[in-house]
Amino acid sequence: MPQTVLVVEDEPHIVDSLSFLMKKAGFDVFIARDGDAALRMVESRPPDLILLDIMLPRRDGFEVLKYVRANDAWKEMRVILLTAKGRDVDRLKGMELGADDFVTKPFSTKDVVRLVKQHLGVEEKLA
Amino acid sequence: MLVDWIIILSSIGYLLVLFAIAYFADKRAERGAGITSHPYIYALSLGVYCTSWTFYGSVGRAASSGLDFLPIYLGPTLVFVLWWLVVKKIIRITKAHRITSIADFISSRYGKSTPLSALVTVIAVVGIVPYISLQLKAVATSFNVLKQYPEVIAPLNSPPIATVADTAFWVALVLAIFAILFGTRHIDNSEHHDGVVVAIAFESVVKLLAFLAVGIFVTFGLYDGFGDLFQQASRVPELVQLMTFEKEGAYTTWVTLTTLSMVAAVCLPRQFQVIAVENVNEPELRKGVWLFPLYLLAINIFVLPIALGGMLQFPRGDVNADTFILTLPMAHEQEMLALLVFLGGLSAATSMVIVATIALSTMVCNDLVMPVLLRWNWLGLREKSDFTGVLLFVRRSSIILILLFGYAYFRFLGESDALVTIGLISFAAVFQFAPAMIGGMFWKGGNRKGALVGLSLGFVVWAYTLLLPAFAKSGLLPITFIAAGPLGVELLRPYELFGLQGLDHLTHALFWTTVFNAGAYVFVSLYTRHSAIERVQGALFVDVYRYADQGARSQIWQGSASVEDLFNLLVRFLGRARADRAFSGYFRDRGLERRRVITADADLVHVTERLLSGAIGAASARVMISSVVKGEVVRLEEVMTILDETSQVIEYSQSLEQKSKELESTTAQLRAANERLQELDRLKDEFLSTVSHELRTPLTSIRSFSEILSDHPDLEEEEKSRFLEIIVKESVRLTRLINQVLDLAKIEAGQMEWILEDLDIPQVVENSMDTMSAILSEKEIALDVDFASDLPVIRGDRDRLMQVFVNLLSNAIKFCDESRGWVKVSVFLQGEEVAITVADNGRGVPWQAREHIFEKFHQSREGLADKPHGTGLGLSISRQIVEHFGGRLELVQTGSRGSVFGVFLPLQAKQIVAKAGE
Repeated sequence: MPQTVLVVEDEPHIVDSLSFLMKKAGFDVFIARDGDAALRMVESRPPDLILLDIMLPRRDGFEVLKYVRANDAWKEMRVILLTAKGRDVDRLKGMELGADDFVTKPFSTKDVVRLVKQHLGVEEKLA
Repeated sequence: MLVDWIIILSSIGYLLVLFAIAYFADKRAERGAGITSHPYIYALSLGVYCTSWTFYGSVGRAASSGLDFLPIYLGPTLVFVLWWLVVKKIIRITKAHRITSIADFISSRYGKSTPLSALVTVIAVVGIVPYISLQLKAVATSFNVLKQYPEVIAPLNSPPIATVADTAFWVALVLAIFAILFGTRHIDNSEHHDGVVVAIAFESVVKLLAFLAVGIFVTFGLYDGFGDLFQQASRVPELVQLMTFEKEGAYTTWVTLTTLSMVAAVCLPRQFQVIAVENVNEPELRKGVWLFPLYLLAINIFVLPIALGGMLQFPRGDVNADTFILTLPMAHEQEMLALLVFLGGLSAATSMVIVATIALSTMVCNDLVMPVLLRWNWLGLREKSDFTGVLLFVRRSSIILILLFGYAYFRFLGESDALVTIGLISFAAVFQFAPAMIGGMFWKGGNRKGALVGLSLGFVVWAYTLLLPAFAKSGLLPITFIAAGPLGVELLRPYELFGLQGLDHLTHALFWTTVFNAGAYVFVSLYTRHSAIERVQGALFVDVYRYADQGARSQIWQGSASVEDLFNLLVRFLGRARADRAFSGYFRDRGLERRRVITADADLVHVTERLLSGAIGAASARVMISSVVKGEVVRLEEVMTILDETSQVIEYSQSLEQKSKELESTTAQLRAANERLQELDRLKDEFLSTVSHELRTPLTSIRSFSEILSDHPDLEEEEKSRFLEIIVKESVRLTRLINQVLDLAKIEAGQMEWILEDLDIPQVVENSMDTMSAILSEKEIALDVDFASDLPVIRGDRDRLMQVFVNLLSNAIKFCDESRGWVKVSVFLQGEEVAITVADNGRGVPWQAREHIFEKFHQSREGLADKPHGTGLGLSISRQIVEHFGGRLELVQTGSRGSVFGVFLPLQAKQIVAKAGE
């Protein structure tokens, strides 16, 4: 059974690209366009990894992260933050809250795919 | 029946009461429970201004020249009401320098000059002796009148009587005893004569009560109140004159008399005594300011009624108007009232004589006799170990001498003039003190020579224009002196000096004395040198409020003196007990042990001088001190340096205070500016971070899809073109975003270039709609247009306004109903504005977002998940553009059936544009 990735992102085109990349890498992809939706998805179908944008409508990425990390049942769940601001404070805050990794927009698609695979323990084939 | 012995007995009884009051007040003061600091006592003691001249003379003057008696009381009232700052300053200076008399005051101001204090003393004595004799005359006259009771007409040419049988002589003697007993109890004159002051206050009450009693008796007893009295008087033609001002030259006389009495109220030696020397603390003055004028008003209120009553009752004119107050009750057989009046007159006379002789004797002793005695080395007085006896002797002798002079003046000259005339001659004499005294308090430039020359000239002119003519009138000089001038030189006629005519004698004298006195004072002061001590004293007087008790003064003595010498000096003049007290106090205050201190510091020298000044006057004290202090008074330059430094330090500290205040406010401004800067910095950071975020978002899509396309060449064509389309769209978005950020930056930095022209707004809106026509038809949105016709042109930037309208239109298109989109654009005139509204039929702006939609980077995300976002800058830029033209961009209305945005541009936008374009 393929591992699942939840893409939490409000920009439709970025969602498009990420879900394309994740599918190509062989993961099952779910999509949430805001913080509330993300939490609902985590509750109903806990993914193996979340690609979590910070600037989200309704509930931002930090809050989602906090919520996830507050529940021991989800401690194995990997979270990679996406940020467009690229400020150190955001990175530090994210790491403190328990994010596993960090990606700054605009990201390299190869890096994102590699990071996701790394965190999910999938050996990347040498191309 | 009033017989001699009853009158004499009552008088003696009254004087005994006075003695008792003075005695007990003194005892109280010795116990430290003095009551002279009471403001009422102080105000009442000022009533010494009202002498028998007031008591008898003002009725006389009112009877002869109507309201002319008033200025004499107007003057002091003005002084206390308007000039009280002057009086306050006099008191402050007097206290600071332990001044004992007006001679001391003036000589202190001009460098503690002995000749000056002597001159002032001479003027005062010569000027005041007639005044004292006037009091004696009043008592004697009233006694002789009362003796005739109930007959009111005094025998006109009474035969010469022997001195021993003369009432005035005995009056003078009793008063001398009183003055000696209570006026020379202490040596230190700057200490207060509590007994005298309280007695004077009591006398003020007695004379006021007596005067009011007669006034009430005449007005309400003989007549039916003021109305009746004045009505009856108005039927007599001569009396009508008295109640009006129609007399020629009356105004000049009024001004002269008022000025004269203003000065006299302060410069008369007895006035100076009660106002300044006897003043216990300054706050008394505040009550005195209104109590004393009130007293003057009360004592004057019945003057005119009594004068009119007298004229009506004694129509034949055979009763001396000066005695109306006494003869009216007598004529109506009111014995007790007549006696009360006599006692009132006695109290008015005695209070004046007592205070005046005390003041004058102090001056004679300290400023005339002592300096001379001390200079005459061959008398050996300098070496005398106890001086207190000498001082007392000199003072007591001068009291007796002054009273004897007064009596002599009365005997030989007193019969010729009316009371008021004699009084005014005295007033004119003390008027000579005004330039040196008042000038010295406010003008540092006045110097000793100026004061000496001015005073001398003023005194000579006064004697020539007032005193000598009075002598001539009484036969001591040939009467032709007045009419033809000395030796027939008409230019020197005393009442028409240098041909000056048309003024009354007093105004004439005042004019010439002022010209000579004040003129010489100013002129000589300006053109002669000032010595060091003069400058120092000048500064200390003029700036008395600035130099607090200590400070510069203690530095004026340089060199050294032994404590022993200073102490012995004090013992000689103040007695051992007081000297001991003073020195012990001095050392105790400074925490020093007296036995160990051998050399006195400048401070102790100064203290000693001050104590000596209180006893023997500033001029003599200076002489004595310089005899024990080795070394000299500091040189001029040093003293001035010290004074300058003091004032510089004061100024410096003031400016420092000012600076620190400025600094504080600057700091506050800086803090505010800093906070503002931090806020701006935070906003800038936020803006940059937001811009960065907004730029990265489309960039992310572009990069992702570019990499996807490049990494996955095997994509299907359909997918490829969809991804390419996304890349193009996001590139367009990025471009627009960059442009808008630059626009915003330009507007906010004020660097936007505005191209102004007259615009037909409907046409601009039309052009904007044209650019959107493609998307409108693509989305099948219905467009309604409603343009009013004949709209005025508005000046503005066509491209920028189009940018606004396009932004509003594209928002409307983006947010209108998806299936049945509808947009309406209206242009119309509303008041002084052209309104452009854009309506849509979308879902409206959510209520929580209404406040924020005009903020930078606010984006509507609700329900637009599948639509590409705007930049979040459109409305913000639009609003800034509209506001640049003085207009408004507003959300006019919003709800579930759509929103209306409106742009309102003022018709007079021109001016605002012009202003904004600067």
